[in-house]
Amino acid sequence: MADNFDTRSNRSWYSRNRQKIAPWIFLAPALIFFTVYVVAPIFQSLWISLYEWNGISEAKWVGLDNYVELFDDRRFYISLENNIIWLVLYMLAVPAGLFVALFLNQTIMGMRFYKSLFFFPFVISQVVVGLIFSWFYNPSFGAVGIIWEYFGAVPPSILGDERFVTYGIIFAGLWPQVAYCMILYLTGLNNVSQDQVEAGRLDGAKGWKMLRYVVLPQLWPATFLAIIVTVIGALRSFDMIAIMTQGGPYGTSNVLSYFMYETALSEYGFRMGYGSAIAVMLFVIMLFFISYFLWVMYKDEKGER
Amino acid sequence: MIKRSIIALITSAAFVSTAFAGTLVINFDDPNPAPKAGFEAAVAAFEAANPDINVTVNINDREAHKTAIRNFLSANAPDITSWYPGNRMGPFVDAGQFEDISDLWASDENLSSNFEAIKPTMTRDGKQWGVPYTYYQWGVYYRADVYADNGLTEPATWDELLANCDTLKANGITPFTIGTKYLWTAAGVFDYLNLRTNGYDVHNALTAGEIKYTDDRIKATFANWETMLERCSFIDNHATMSWQEAIPPFASGDAAMYVMGNFAVAAFKDAGLTDDQIGYFPFPEITPGMPRAEEAPADAFFIPSGAKNKEDARKFLSFIARPEIQAAWNKTIGQLPPNSKSAINTDDKFIVEGFATVSTAAGLAQFYDRDAPAEMAKGGMEGFQEFMIKPERLEDILKRLDKIQDRVYK
Repeated sequence: MADNFDTRSNRSWYSRNRQKIAPWIFLAPALIFFTVYVVAPIFQSLWISLYEWNGISEAKWVGLDNYVELFDDRRFYISLENNIIWLVLYMLAVPAGLFVALFLNQTIMGMRFYKSLFFFPFVISQVVVGLIFSWFYNPSFGAVGIIWEYFGAVPPSILGDERFVTYGIIFAGLWPQVAYCMILYLTGLNNVSQDQVEAGRLDGAKGWKMLRYVVLPQLWPATFLAIIVTVIGALRSFDMIAIMTQGGPYGTSNVLSYFMYETALSEYGFRMGYGSAIAVMLFVIMLFFISYFLWVMYKDEKGER
Repeated sequence: MIKRSIIALITSAAFVSTAFAGTLVINFDDPNPAPKAGFEAAVAAFEAANPDINVTVNINDREAHKTAIRNFLSANAPDITSWYPGNRMGPFVDAGQFEDISDLWASDENLSSNFEAIKPTMTRDGKQWGVPYTYYQWGVYYRADVYADNGLTEPATWDELLANCDTLKANGITPFTIGTKYLWTAAGVFDYLNLRTNGYDVHNALTAGEIKYTDDRIKATFANWETMLERCSFIDNHATMSWQEAIPPFASGDAAMYVMGNFAVAAFKDAGLTDDQIGYFPFPEITPGMPRAEEAPADAFFIPSGAKNKEDARKFLSFIARPEIQAAWNKTIGQLPPNSKSAINTDDKFIVEGFATVSTAAGLAQFYDRDAPAEMAKGGMEGFQEFMIKPERLEDILKRLDKIQDRVYK
């Protein structure tokens, strides 16, 4: 009896608080890595953006000079404008993905095969997509050149002309992005309740009305996810630009992420402070979207929608 | 027992790698067959001459080397590293990461007397920082057979070049090919036009930030470039092509000339051209009587200030400055030895012509992106590319370059 009592009072602090501690132990690895590799670098970038630093010499404190320069830099505005074009046009991936998903969501022989064909561009590397499209656009030996010449027209140099280049890259980027959205919608369509579709049918809904009022509301989670990944994909569009144009011709297809890389890390760059200032601007833009998404998710979870 | 012997093995291995004072670590930046063979032969010769020194070699890809050097110089410095002279060595010299080897340049029998032409580009703050092992000429490479078919001869003056272009265009041939996707090829054309229009001193003053881009002399260079764009067209869509992708029109005879460095000859031959089909001439004279300066970028070796074995590193640098070593090395890689006493490969007609061109030049430029600071070079080269596509924007481009210049050189 006394023995028992003794052990209980001697139970360690750990065993007494096990219930409270356990979640933190499980969270610890993720928290530590998230802090070291995500949170800390954000503040580090903020800090470096106040310096002029080439990565090897002494860093020089310049205060807000990098930002003053950035707001007077034509390349910054070109990149920002291109980022906006990216954001707007990249959104086409969402309805296009929905359309393809609806089209593929039927039971025909060999449907799995067709689905995998549509999914294919998402599986291959963005670098490969970029390469394929730069050949495709090549006015002398690419498909574009051959088609234009067949009709007796002079083929445009899509990647060499400042008017077309950004649209050309976005179009290439849409190819895998549509596939991604399609997959999200295909899984979403699996969960569409057949009862509600039946009920809708009995009430005389079909075609557009069925889609708009019965199917789409049930696809909201998939749509939300598709919008998030597309916004983020548009803002971090980097590989395509690096492969297809390197921001050229003369910087007209630059976006903030590539501009940042070019300034901070490329052969003619190593202006760490200025590059960090660009990174901070990109972060602010992303933060705007991320906060919105978090807010929507929060409201969803509270069931206020 | 096994555990103990493993520990013994590890400690002895660690011991071996630090034990001999005569270990020399060299980082080199070109894994391509010919440059690698040339470098390794020089290292083998050095080891044969210095049996007590054990050389360890790390060969990295050129682009990877450009990034890695920023880490290894401070974190884990080799005893010798390859790098580039001119403004490219500037950041490392200024940060105190390269060893001052002016003493070697003063005392070494080769460096003190046979490197006069290239010495200025190895000099910063009045001191020398590296030893060049190779350099190569730039100029105009042309299709000798296409020239012959059209009854043309090598032009010596600007007017002759423009006249040749007129004939070529009349016969449906694009005079010049170029690929400006990676920008630097356009800088080669600009350098030559500026060197021929204004001469070496003005060109140097421009890349040193002492002359504005809106200066009338620089505008004259661009006026000549505009003439060249009109009368000697460059191939279409050059902004989407790398320099290699611009070779097929040259190989097929659709384009007749290419402003390039000598390294391109190997690529021309890979594209199916023979020695007889390719010719070389120095970029023609524009301003009559202007002393002829040439583009001749050099590659060099440097001692990091963090090197452990600086004594043997100096021995190696002195060794590779020898005429016979430079001769053998450059024969392998098909380039020119910077040591003026060194023999050149007389079987290679491009080397013979190139040597005649650079050895008689009034000045040697290192190339726009090595003569100008990195940020200026990037902005400048983008401006050149834009000008080649939209010449009507010249005023705007030059003002923009002035703005970059104001900031970079402040």
